[in-house]
Amino acid sequence: MGHGTGRPYFPGGRALKPVIPVAVIGGYLGAGKTTVVNHLLRNAAGRRIAILVNEFGDLPIDEDLIEAESEDIIAISGGCICCSFGSDLTAALIKLSELVPPPDHVVIEASGVAMPGTVALSISILPGFALAGVVVLADGERIQAQAEDDYIGDMILRQLSDADVIVHSKTDLQPNVGGVEAVESWLQATAPQARVVTTTQGRLPPDIILGLTGPNAKPQASPHADAGYETLTFRQIPPCVPGDLAQNLATGTYGVIRAKGFLRDSEGRSWVIQTVGRRFEIQLSQKLEPAGVVCIGRSGTLEAGALEALLGPAG
Amino acid sequence: MSETIVYSAKKIITMNPSRPEATHVAVRDGRILGAGSLSELQTWGDVTLDNRFADKVLMPGFVEGHAHVMEGSLWRKVYCGWFDRADPDGKVWSGVKSVDAFVQRLQAAEAKLKDPAAAVSGWQLDPIYMGNTTVTRADLDRVSTTRPVGVLHASGHIMNVNTKALELAGMLKTGYNHPGIPLGTDGLPTGELKGPEVMTPVSPFVGFERNLLDADEVGLRNFAKLCVRTGTTTITDLASRMDEDTVEMMLRVTGEPQYPVRLMPFRFFIGLSARELVEAVATMKKRATDRLRLGQIKIVVDGSIQGFSARLRWPGYHNGAPNGLWYIAPEHLSELLHLALEAGLQVHTHTNGDQATQLVLEKLASALQAHPNPDHRFTLQHCQLADAAQFRLAAKLGMCVNLFANHHYYWGDEHYNLTVGPDRATRMNACRTALDSGLPMAIHSDAPITPLSPLFTAWAAVNRITVSGRVQGEEERIEVSEALYAITMGAAYTLHLDGEIGSIETGKKADFAVLEADPTACEPMELKDIPVWGTVQGGRIFPAAEL
Repeated sequence: MGHGTGRPYFPGGRALKPVIPVAVIGGYLGAGKTTVVNHLLRNAAGRRIAILVNEFGDLPIDEDLIEAESEDIIAISGGCICCSFGSDLTAALIKLSELVPPPDHVVIEASGVAMPGTVALSISILPGFALAGVVVLADGERIQAQAEDDYIGDMILRQLSDADVIVHSKTDLQPNVGGVEAVESWLQATAPQARVVTTTQGRLPPDIILGLTGPNAKPQASPHADAGYETLTFRQIPPCVPGDLAQNLATGTYGVIRAKGFLRDSEGRSWVIQTVGRRFEIQLSQKLEPAGVVCIGRSGTLEAGALEALLGPAG
Repeated sequence: MSETIVYSAKKIITMNPSRPEATHVAVRDGRILGAGSLSELQTWGDVTLDNRFADKVLMPGFVEGHAHVMEGSLWRKVYCGWFDRADPDGKVWSGVKSVDAFVQRLQAAEAKLKDPAAAVSGWQLDPIYMGNTTVTRADLDRVSTTRPVGVLHASGHIMNVNTKALELAGMLKTGYNHPGIPLGTDGLPTGELKGPEVMTPVSPFVGFERNLLDADEVGLRNFAKLCVRTGTTTITDLASRMDEDTVEMMLRVTGEPQYPVRLMPFRFFIGLSARELVEAVATMKKRATDRLRLGQIKIVVDGSIQGFSARLRWPGYHNGAPNGLWYIAPEHLSELLHLALEAGLQVHTHTNGDQATQLVLEKLASALQAHPNPDHRFTLQHCQLADAAQFRLAAKLGMCVNLFANHHYYWGDEHYNLTVGPDRATRMNACRTALDSGLPMAIHSDAPITPLSPLFTAWAAVNRITVSGRVQGEEERIEVSEALYAITMGAAYTLHLDGEIGSIETGKKADFAVLEADPTACEPMELKDIPVWGTVQGGRIFPAAEL
């Protein structure tokens, strides 16, 4: 799988069978992974999410969300579950794929010392799963000091370099807005392959973590979770070179964090495209689909005008 | 009153400094009543003289402070290693020196299988010694095209499988783009699977279905046989996940009247939060028996040096590889050390690289400020790259070290040429410096990584020979007497068992290694070749020939 900017990461055609998208959440201890996961579960809006954690530890899930608990599985309201995988993630994923019905999404909360890119690689070889992206959390107050630490500095930088999206967290604790901006630009300079978003208390739209459902799905937005983000849908996209357009969306300055949809090439074929951060994947669609792409980004940063110039009128 | 038996021996090396040698040892109730001359021991009253060891040399039963029960489990699979190695039944399997040779060995095993779907599984393949030859599924297809075939490498991190195994796992397809899955010119996987996450989807189809860190019953019995054959009477399982079923099975098996070994399992730190782990281990400790010493924790801090996953300080790897991986976050390590000290539980830490060792030293130093304990004996396991300053600090902090003497023989050349370079390779597993720093020291095999054999381990520390035949780091060699101490009292001390075992003196367990020759009288180069007759454990006699 390519990790470079703009390289496709699932080359070639994949099986027709629906695959379970897997999101990887990484980042060092205290970066806010648990907060993000709990916020996600509160805003699941009907999605059946399976959370995989290294260990249950000091309760990864807010108590009021828990319906039942056993040694290695926690049942969560709304049909979600949380499982611990200890040291064998692959085995845990294989078990999940055997659930009836299988979960709609899997989210792996990687351990604080795991390399999220390595976790992502191990997903890529499992039939029935597809990587939905790597989200790495950075504690705004401490990330720069952590990156200079003798023991963990190189590891912190490697974690950031594995990210599609870096979530700059806990900014409400930072003393001034200038400080927040400085950290954000440091993150962007340190991990140029990633899109950086800033959040407080883990308030991220589920689509940022899980991936978009696409232009034809019913919207599952939860207003509370999506505050500060904007979604644009384009349905009048002229025929194009799908790979070029997807790359452009991923790497251009449109403020797009994720995009998903269908494009038509000049021969009338349908392509599924997906971008996360600055990476994209395209794949020939087995079914002919109308062109349509949905993009998500931060309000005020998502460049509607430039996107319309690229994709035609939104709406 | 219980019967008192006095065993005569050609020589008894007691490891008791106030009486280093004796000719007789008296045993009552599984414990040592005394060691000395026959007339001295007869002062205890009615004794039965037993001369079965009259031509043997007795030593305290050997103590292996770092091994894995997995060694016992692996012997149910076909041995494919480069070196000759004895199995639990005493059969010596010759090392396989070529791809053809190991294919033939697997073919022979295949021919004996009756169930047409049964897998052929092998272990300990080490292509490093075959000029780094790459094994492919075509090689293993010569064993069978209808059964799955899989061979685990000595590193434990690579596996070769045949076409059938890939097919069963749904992995015989194109499109992989993963460094752990090399592809052939046809775009299909070559059958070499690198890394645990790549091996897991195939492992169950080739006979590696269980988590190898979990002891199983047959493995536990095989492990005990290997102990008897090598003179070992107390051994660790470092580490185990210790789920309830495993603990019950271990209690049952080790509790059988003829189970010949005292086993000390360490609970692996992964899978529970620090607080839960400490609570679980403290609870488990209450169930400990004489032969199953529950209640210790093992933490893995970094990876391995030859796998370039160990954490090194400046200047890092000799070949420029990036620094290795942390397997625990520094804050998590610190929390565990605090909680374990508070609960009075012992912790052994795996560190290979010197940066990982430094982290443990720093975190333990501050944890000890909060929870002073002058006799914690937390032990640095492997600790292969430590320098003199680290050994001195470890000694000051009340730590112990268990150095990987065998590793120096098997991979010393690799470290000299590739991983850390001549200077640091020369000081790896620096037994001399550790002892001179006043640090309590043991030496180990890490079986199954290298074969269990405390006398071989002593030989490795005394001679510091590498596979290529060079002496690497002659200044770090130790005396035979020091090496024999390390495999008895030294290891017992790291396990807090030095008051019970490790020497032949009044009050201790009647645990003996029964040897055919005197290790203090032979050439140091012959230490590893001293034949072992068997053991006495808790006064029970276990001849290797009758296992």
